[in-house]
Amino acid sequence: MSMLSLNYQVPGDDFTRAGEASGDVKHKLKKMGYEPDAIRRVAIAMYEGEINMVIHAGGGEAIVDIDPDKVEIRLVDQGPGIADVNQAMQAGWSTAPDNVRSLGFGAGMGLPNMKKYSDEMTVESEVGKGTTVFMTVFPGRKEEER
Amino acid sequence: MQVKEIVEILKAEVLYEGNLEEEVKTACGSDMMSDVLAFVKDQSVLLTGLMNPQVVRTAEMMDMHCIIFVRGKQIDEGVVELARQKEITVLATPYRMFTACGLLFSNGLRGGCDIS
Repeated sequence: MSMLSLNYQVPGDDFTRAGEASGDVKHKLKKMGYEPDAIRRVAIAMYEGEINMVIHAGGGEAIVDIDPDKVEIRLVDQGPGIADVNQAMQAGWSTAPDNVRSLGFGAGMGLPNMKKYSDEMTVESEVGKGTTVFMTVFPGRKEEER
Repeated sequence: MQVKEIVEILKAEVLYEGNLEEEVKTACGSDMMSDVLAFVKDQSVLLTGLMNPQVVRTAEMMDMHCIIFVRGKQIDEGVVELARQKEITVLATPYRMFTACGLLFSNGLRGGCDIS
């Protein structure tokens, strides 16, 4: 059992609400007195994931387990899935429609940013079924160690 | 520099006043939020031409203190309200992006992601 387990439904039809879950996690971590660098990394990685679920998957579920020595984030969606995860991980690669770019996203930086800010990340995806992203952030880990 | 100096330099309108005494050293100018999120190094001011709630969310995740909307954009009240909840100062300047960034840079604000 983790110290604190949080569960969020990320609505798929409302772009303006994307980021609410990440904002809430950030707020809770701050109140717990978590390490600031880890809080920021969790917030950014999860936020990009939320945006991805809204843009590509019609929403999904975010499960966050907080412990003193790590934060585990699981993002689960029943979207179209990712055909080639390695390709999707490349900076600049995007399948987002043009209208998403006018909203400030869709530059192909979502997954690369998530990888950059988490300490561990795995992506499980099946075309037609959906995608699950697991990310772990360890507080106190310096940039050069990551 | 302090946020209130930015207000002066950019002839900006203050749409939500957080802490104008806040000391800021670095800024980032972009309409692509993922590009902003890619450089986490202690940036405290965001200049953008984009007007939607995700600008505020991005600033929130990055612990930024001030958002500046450039080139006299029509302001969305919902965006200002979200910034109010997050206590992030919101300014609007009539200058366009390049000029706004240039004015702040020449007054000592830096980019925070120097190329070595």
